[in-house]
Amino acid sequence: MPLQSLDIVRRSATTTPSPMARAAAEVAVAKLIDTSKCIGCKACQTACMEWNDLRDEVGSCAGTYDNPRDLTDQSWTVMRFSEYENPKGDLEWLIRKDGCMHCADPGCLKACPSPGAIVQYANGIVDFHEEHCIGCGYCVAGCPFDVPRISKKDGKAYKCTLCSDRVAVGLEPACVKTCPTGAITFGTKEQLQHDAAERIVDLKSRGYEQAGLYDPAGVGGTHVMYVLHHADQPALYSGLPVAPRVSPVVRLWKGAAKPLALGAIALAAIAGLLNYVRVGAKEVDPADEAAAEREKEKAHG
Amino acid sequence: MAEHDRPDLIERHGRQERLQHWVVALLFLLAAASGMALFHPALFWLAAVLGGGTWSVILHPFVGLAMALVFARFAAPQWGDNRLLPNDRVWLERLREVIEGRDEHLPEVGKYNAGQKVLYFVMVACVAVLALTGLAIWRRYFAGGLPVGVVRAAALLHALAAFVLVLGAVVHVAAALWVKGAVGAMTRGTVTIGWAWKHHRAWFRQMIRPTGGR
Ligand code: HEM
Ligand code: SF4
Repeated sequence: MPLQSLDIVRRSATTTPSPMARAAAEVAVAKLIDTSKCIGCKACQTACMEWNDLRDEVGSCAGTYDNPRDLTDQSWTVMRFSEYENPKGDLEWLIRKDGCMHCADPGCLKACPSPGAIVQYANGIVDFHEEHCIGCGYCVAGCPFDVPRISKKDGKAYKCTLCSDRVAVGLEPACVKTCPTGAITFGTKEQLQHDAAERIVDLKSRGYEQAGLYDPAGVGGTHVMYVLHHADQPALYSGLPVAPRVSPVVRLWKGAAKPLALGAIALAAIAGLLNYVRVGAKEVDPADEAAAEREKEKAHG
Repeated sequence: MAEHDRPDLIERHGRQERLQHWVVALLFLLAAASGMALFHPALFWLAAVLGGGTWSVILHPFVGLAMALVFARFAAPQWGDNRLLPNDRVWLERLREVIEGRDEHLPEVGKYNAGQKVLYFVMVACVAVLALTGLAIWRRYFAGGLPVGVVRAAALLHALAAFVLVLGAVVHVAAALWVKGAVGAMTRGTVTIGWAWKHHRAWFRQMIRPTGGR
């Protein structure tokens, strides 16, 4: 939903500037999810449901802890559990809180054809404004993380808002507020990058040589970042993309193709019109009719 | 089975063909307007044609499918008349003369000229691609069951085929307005013998044979 207290810097399907007269000094915010501190309790999932008034269907057990099994219009965040046997032969339980990454260069916003249905605030949060959503599902095709979901109830797209409504009034996101181990923190992106760096030093000293921060440059960095014990193998964490980026197909489709195609169609129409007035209408004159008549008579004659 | 009894007229398009043509034209306009609204923000206002963005998304695939079906019935019987012949090559090589309107420098033309024939096959290909890729990107029913890479490629192809089809339609309409008597062929169904003689002489000869055409 639109929040006048948050400045919008980018709107989907809009070619004119976003409102920018106000000069609020907005800093980039971020959420840091430290997978090495997560115990998989799902308090964050519950908090998300409660704050956002979401109630998913009660599903069935698929033999894993993943419940619900996937993101839905009612589940904007889902804990994904994977069992990894490390080279030493030990079992590691890698748990990742999945949800929108709030990309600096969001593929969803790039793909969206409805003016203002997807916006990016000055603080970096990417938000869906469902009242402008037309339900085409282009954001699903545009997202490199497979995040947006179209609701069966109203045909509109939903995803994590990073609790933009809470952030706008100075609160932290509901999941951050509730996390009992401090695995999820919220603050300025700069501060969290700093905190992450400290934590990574700590992890390395405890044997996780490849610990690192997941803030993928391919999408311009993200406003949801992970500390991973195995930052060299993000895919271990239930298929976290190794090098996410907005697909070149989407870039072409919603980039160069648009002005080129429009220009070519306009040119063709103008060329047709100009040639018409230049050469003149092609008319059949009485001489043609007479010639046709003569030939017809000969054929019948 | 001529619908007229005037010796100076030749039937060019039958009643059913004309009906099909204008149904396709109408459905095309609706599909193109609602589709192009999503293609470029500068055209989003076109969504109003079907009642706004959401209605466009809901209706566009059905309108497109209806168009594809009627188009298939309309175009299938014309396949033979559009087969490319040796003379068509010469016609295409002299496109300059076509644009300048100097028909006397062009080879004789059958029921359709080479430009019409090429456009015919381009449109057949575009409609086929639009129907296939359109189903693939139809979020409500099919897109969710396909890998995202397929949906992305289909979306790009759908836009590309739509672009080519719209471009083809612009050329088609421009030519029809330019050549006087062509619109009448698709509204009344008939052309004058002079028109047939001038623009489609081989077809004219075929039609004036005492046996009465084919
Ligand atoms: C043949 C059956 C067709 C089907 C099933 C179909 C389906 C679709 C679907 C599902 C979309 C995505 C948005 C939406 O859900 O409305 C779409 C977009 C579009 N369609 Fe179609 N369509 C068809 C035919 C056509 C035709 C005949 C045109 C005429 C030019 C056309 C032009 C477009 C355009 C320009 C877009 C927007 C593409 C973009 O955003 O880049 N479609 N179509
Ligand atoms: S993760 Fe997907 S939905 Fe979230 S901002 Fe990036 S592209 Fe958009």
